[in-house]
Amino acid sequence: MASLLIRNGTVLDPVRGAPLRADVLIRDGRIARVGDVSGPADRVIDAAGCYVTPGLIDLHVHLREPGDEEEEDIASGSAAAAAGGFTTVCCMPNTRPPLDNEGQIEFVLREAERVGRARVLPVGAITRGREGRELAEMARMKERGAVAFSDDGKGVADAAVMRKAFQYAAMLGATIMQHCEEESLSGGAMHAGLVSTTLGLPGIPAEAEQLMIARDLLLNRTIGCRYHVQHISTAGGVELVREAKKRGLPVSAEVTPHHLLLTDECCRSYDTNYKMSPPLRTAGDVEACIAGVKDGTIDCLASDHAPHRPEEKELEFAAAPFGVIGLETALGLYIKALVEPGHIDWMTLVAMMTVNPARIVGLNSGTLGEGAAADVTIIDPALVWRVDPATFHSKSRNCPFAGWELRGRAVATVVEGRVCWELPGRFR
Amino acid sequence: MSKTAPQPWTRKHLLALEELSAGEINYVLETARSFAEVSTRSIKKVPALRGRVVVNLFFEDSTRTRTSFSLAASRLSADVIDFSARGSSVSKGETLIDTARNIEAMGVDIIVLRHPAAGAAHLLSRHVRCSVINAGDGAHEHPTQGLLDIYTIRQHFGRVEGLKVAIVGDIANSRVARSNLWGLRKLGAEVILVGPPTLLPRAFERLGARVVHNFDEVIGEVDVINMLRVQFERIQSSQFPSVGEFTGLFGLTRERFRRCKKDVFIMHPGPMNRGIEICSEIADGPHSGILTQVSNGLAIRMAVLYLVSQACERERAAGEAAAAVRHERPRPADRKHHP
Repeated sequence: MASLLIRNGTVLDPVRGAPLRADVLIRDGRIARVGDVSGPADRVIDAAGCYVTPGLIDLHVHLREPGDEEEEDIASGSAAAAAGGFTTVCCMPNTRPPLDNEGQIEFVLREAERVGRARVLPVGAITRGREGRELAEMARMKERGAVAFSDDGKGVADAAVMRKAFQYAAMLGATIMQHCEEESLSGGAMHAGLVSTTLGLPGIPAEAEQLMIARDLLLNRTIGCRYHVQHISTAGGVELVREAKKRGLPVSAEVTPHHLLLTDECCRSYDTNYKMSPPLRTAGDVEACIAGVKDGTIDCLASDHAPHRPEEKELEFAAAPFGVIGLETALGLYIKALVEPGHIDWMTLVAMMTVNPARIVGLNSGTLGEGAAADVTIIDPALVWRVDPATFHSKSRNCPFAGWELRGRAVATVVEGRVCWELPGRFR
Repeated sequence: MSKTAPQPWTRKHLLALEELSAGEINYVLETARSFAEVSTRSIKKVPALRGRVVVNLFFEDSTRTRTSFSLAASRLSADVIDFSARGSSVSKGETLIDTARNIEAMGVDIIVLRHPAAGAAHLLSRHVRCSVINAGDGAHEHPTQGLLDIYTIRQHFGRVEGLKVAIVGDIANSRVARSNLWGLRKLGAEVILVGPPTLLPRAFERLGARVVHNFDEVIGEVDVINMLRVQFERIQSSQFPSVGEFTGLFGLTRERFRRCKKDVFIMHPGPMNRGIEICSEIADGPHSGILTQVSNGLAIRMAVLYLVSQACERERAAGEAAAAVRHERPRPADRKHHP
């Protein structure tokens, strides 16, 4: 399609500043004009009552390909992303085999291109095989398109290896993302506290997260690599990042919807849809994460979309795998957790889902500047809908929010000028 | 006697004492008391569960709990099947739910489940139609052990309320401790948990217990001492340094016993490590209720089997009655054929 006109919407572009009632004209995959546009276009979308935002970016998803395609693959995962309003997702390297070499990076990019839904940008492994021993070929992976590096699923346990990873990634100007969890404290199934004690389940203490953040901040202090704390979950973790930012260290952090809305109390029925890593923490931790969002300690929002088959999840709590899906619910849940209670405004929410994550991984997207690639999300903030995992594009159903009523969702997702998803029946 | 009046039983499953009211616990204890008499007859059998099938589904080694449930079921005239994880299809990678559904398909009324994973009984109860009795799930709960301990205490003292009960040892990993804690607190006893901080997290205070790391500090004030079994594998995981050191700090030794109240009552869920957590003289002495616990276990399990089976039966009858009502009402499609 050569041209697309999105009319009558309210443009929320954090780079521009204030909300703007304007039309957005897209031509040949680029933003051609934002303002009053008259004249024809190949397709016109009436976005009255909607927000028109830069395409949403999720820095943390698991697409399970290669290796676990029955849980998710790049086609289904990027379709789920588009249906959730995301134009770009960064997929974690804990596939089988892991994304730890240039061939795997190329495979992901090629497959995402082929299926043509949301953009998928791979995050390469920090260490070979994600084993935490030898560095992976970060330079080659970066050259092929890896946007950052992480051993997500676990942290790099060995301090000497981590120091070298910081040094090496700093040379490349790459961002290190860390799953912050001290390995020797990570043997549990849920947050260590009153509820785990009651349920007789082994706990993962909050200190597991805090120890690794503190260690990494120390190791990186004189190196200065860009360091991103993945799925922050504890009050102590938020405080460490806050202090580091005050000292001017190059650190950023993300938080998931479930760590903003749920607590370890949810585990009382042994429902494994509440088992994730890091685990659901206490109400005090949720409060601290929200405070971290409000004061800018936490930079961006990420779903940690982690698909698992029902057969894997329908197990004893300790035996079931960690993780919940989130791409198709994330936006509505952030609105519920952050905007509806008045913690942040819409513009801040959009910044935390667009330009902020873009900057963390060094992308120049996340804005609707004229001439920029036309990645656009149209959001109806008033649309009330009920979460029904049966309707998801994801192959998996491990969603703890089934049945929740949410207000606000993406109604169209535009990638490089092409409408790659729209809410059925909304515009025609 | 506890002040709380017995409250009739309506539960199809017995999963945990945490969810029971004081009235429900008292109801089980009363029912057990009436069943205890059966064991004193020359023909030790009643027809309460005739035609019913009880399966002992055990994924962990157990001698006394399994035997106790088997004997309890057969005294109620039920058919009893033993199913152990070893040598079964579980070792071929079948899930707990599949195993249980297969067993249920053979026409089972009650599954008695022992499993190493906390929450296994809850999981199972969501996937089968028959009754589920939790016979120990990981470190979570062992409700029939809790009930029989409380029954034994009440039998001995004539009351539970106001008593001080110490539970000593590896609390963190003990399902017996948790079930005792819930049950005893609900019936108004004071519970003092004793053990090293590595095996006794502070969070237990928020569950209504007193948490103590020095056994000698409380030994003179308690009415009941329930000694838990020392698990040797905890040494490898550095939760205590050696058996000798553990015995020195938390064992019920002769020397320590001298400082107990004169009428102290000693309990142990078994199997005992003689000379480690408890010395033989005390275990076999006049203060010991250990074998009484075992006999009472039978009555408690008869009561629980009977009560869940009754509840299940009522549920089924209610379901059938509802279905019959639905059936009597002619459906619109039928009317055409019956003008």
